[in-house]
Amino acid sequence: MSTLSDLRKEQIATVIKLDDSCQGYERFRLLDLGVVPGTEIQVALNNPLKDPVAYWIRGAVIALRKEQSDKIFVDIKDGDLN
Amino acid sequence: METLTENIKSKRNAGCETCPQFRDGHLRKLGINLSKVDYVVALAGNPNVGKSTVFNALTGLNQHTGNWPGKTVTRAEGGFHFADSNFKMVDLPGAYSLISKSADEEIARNFILFGQPDVTLIVVDATRLERNLNLVLQILEITDKVVVCLNLVDESERAGIELNIRSLSRDLGVPVIATVARYKKGLKELLNAIDQVATGEFKTSPKVTSYGNGNFSHAIESVCLQLNNIFPNLENTSWLAERLLDEDEDIIESLKSGELLDHVQSEEAYSQYDAEKLRKDGYNINYKYENEIIEILARTVVLRKNLSANFHDELVESHFSEAAKIARRCITYPDKKKRFYIDQYIDQIVTSRTWGFPIMFLLLSLVLWITIIGANYPSRMLSGVLLDQVHPFLKGISSQLNIPFWIDGLVIDGMYLATAWVISVMLPPMAIFFPLFTLLEDFGYLPRVAFNLDMLFKKAGAHGKQALTMSMGFGCNAAGIIATRIIDSPRERLIAIITNNFALCNGRWPTQILIASLFIGGLVPAYLGGLISAAAVIFVAVLGIFLTFIVSWALSKTVLKGEASSFSLELPPYRPPRIWFTIYNSLIDRTLFVLWRAIVFALPAGALIWLVSNIHIQDISLAAYMVEWMNPFGLLLGLNGIILLAYIVAIPANEIVIPTILMLTVLLSGIPGIGEGAGVMFELDSSNDLMKLFDAGGWTLLTAVNLMIFSLIHNPCSTTLYTIYKETRSVKWTAISGLLPLVMGLVVTFIIAQIWNLF
Repeated sequence: MSTLSDLRKEQIATVIKLDDSCQGYERFRLLDLGVVPGTEIQVALNNPLKDPVAYWIRGAVIALRKEQSDKIFVDIKDGDLN
Repeated sequence: METLTENIKSKRNAGCETCPQFRDGHLRKLGINLSKVDYVVALAGNPNVGKSTVFNALTGLNQHTGNWPGKTVTRAEGGFHFADSNFKMVDLPGAYSLISKSADEEIARNFILFGQPDVTLIVVDATRLERNLNLVLQILEITDKVVVCLNLVDESERAGIELNIRSLSRDLGVPVIATVARYKKGLKELLNAIDQVATGEFKTSPKVTSYGNGNFSHAIESVCLQLNNIFPNLENTSWLAERLLDEDEDIIESLKSGELLDHVQSEEAYSQYDAEKLRKDGYNINYKYENEIIEILARTVVLRKNLSANFHDELVESHFSEAAKIARRCITYPDKKKRFYIDQYIDQIVTSRTWGFPIMFLLLSLVLWITIIGANYPSRMLSGVLLDQVHPFLKGISSQLNIPFWIDGLVIDGMYLATAWVISVMLPPMAIFFPLFTLLEDFGYLPRVAFNLDMLFKKAGAHGKQALTMSMGFGCNAAGIIATRIIDSPRERLIAIITNNFALCNGRWPTQILIASLFIGGLVPAYLGGLISAAAVIFVAVLGIFLTFIVSWALSKTVLKGEASSFSLELPPYRPPRIWFTIYNSLIDRTLFVLWRAIVFALPAGALIWLVSNIHIQDISLAAYMVEWMNPFGLLLGLNGIILLAYIVAIPANEIVIPTILMLTVLLSGIPGIGEGAGVMFELDSSNDLMKLFDAGGWTLLTAVNLMIFSLIHNPCSTTLYTIYKETRSVKWTAISGLLPLVMGLVVTFIIAQIWNLF
């Protein structure tokens, strides 16, 4: 299954679930930011140092480190949300 | 088609005003004057939606605002008077949610739950409505006395978003008022809504998030029923049931301890919830229901078994899908292309691989350069007045009044001159630096810096938001340390606290600038002098950033071992900075605050300098003894005894290092014709005089270089240390924060001196 860290520009990811290893505060924070099953996510900004990457998540731009985006399982298709 | 902002300005408000419900009351800001409160208003909302701006607009207070999430780190209170009632407003820290157990969010939640405010005003960002509605829906489950303040409608308009406020208000079941708090638009309508909900004139019918027909809603119903049976007065039972099923430790604890139920019984507890006090007052009734509570908790354990393992996820999901539904109904995008276009364009550049880092470096250099160049003239003018005119004038009065020489010396030559120096040296750079910095902050650039630098902080085992606290440190380390509250993980927060000292603060710039322009700028032809000395100061500042990474890394490998915690950073939309407002506020807020602190420390330091220079033992002053004694050690470090003594005297405030050095050098090198007597600080007329002075004191280029280095790497000032103690409540970490940079500074200057002496 792909994870959010595989997402490239001009693609849309749809969240399937969060990895089971992502628990406690980390999981709660991601959920609160709107990373819940069904949410559509797009890359907003790449980083000059590659990591973290900023994503469009439910109307806001939110930067996530690879450690977090690796734990978000998604479906990826081509497209543009805006 | 008329826009929202226009509506706010006049048109639809005219309709409002003819409505019988509308009260044409006048807002009277009460500031911190909170006597006789009729209603309590809690101010909640996601981070960075303008809560503090709304708070300031209504109370007339000056909470610090800025375009990055998490500035409001403590609860602030203020008051206002409207339509015959006094309101107390409590500004809660920003929260994405009320069910995630982070410290900030707990403060917000406990206040809404236990503080039982008469109205909860939820500030919502119109450009990010859908995600903000998540919090709104959660709060509506706890309390029905809610007013939604749809803020930043000017921005949503610019982003091409059209909002149907009636539809939103109908869906939520509470009043929704569009505002632009920055420009004080829509506030009257907002106040009316707050008043009507507080007095009960407006009956809200809040939206209840549905959890479908599955096991979950059955479980909630079942727990609700039980709670209602035992505690018929309990409000928000379904929310409590949901929390109990979600294994919310806090809520389970407060049910066990009786805290939750005490509240139901006590009518008078409305503001600061104090369980201990209530218990003493005889409100402890939980023993009465001990069996029932155990029964409820046992029941939730059984019910939870039937729920899926990802129950919490589903809970959050149902809020978000409800939010999405509501948002879809009230938002349209008539102009799709316009949406976020400019923001994205700026972001592509300031975070691009090619330009991201050069732009950061250039902006830092530009701010420093403008500060250095711009501070020069006002500094000279101030010292001209305070030192060359006011000082002789005071001396004249004192001699006419026959004041004894030691009082005259201690007060006028010691305390007055030290303070005058600090004002003339400190005020101009601060008055330039802080507004410039605040403009960048308001614009929203700082989170982008944190975004660009996060990789480096991660490699150093630190938190990406440390970039924000480091930036604050360039102004004042004590302010930077308070700002570290935005970092959740205690380990990473400590790293940010200990290393904040490596951000060159305003108190140390005057030293850097003066020494760089005299010694380093002096090495090159005059027309290059300004540029080279600015470059030298920038070099020291960048060295400080470099040390921040190195020391963070070393700490996370040794005493503060651990994995980098999870990181998420919201990049807020850019906001056009309000230039005059910013300049005025940062002058009042930050500049005067820091200046006042410097003056408070300069007064006793000035007295001390005068005393050690004027108390003689066998015709030799105390200062001379101390300098003599420290000199060999100083030379070993490429410095000298005078500089070391100056740093000891200047522990309270770094600003007075340079004046102390100058004064002591004059005193001990005994050059005739410069200065005005022992222990008297002064401004020298030209750099020639200064060079003559330093020559006589035995200064070399090495002394200058090491003084600049030591000024960067040494113990933080006493205010900063005190702030560290207040924030960490630990003598150990305060000591480490003080000693680590001091030892580093001694080692580095020693090594530089030894290598230098080889050549």
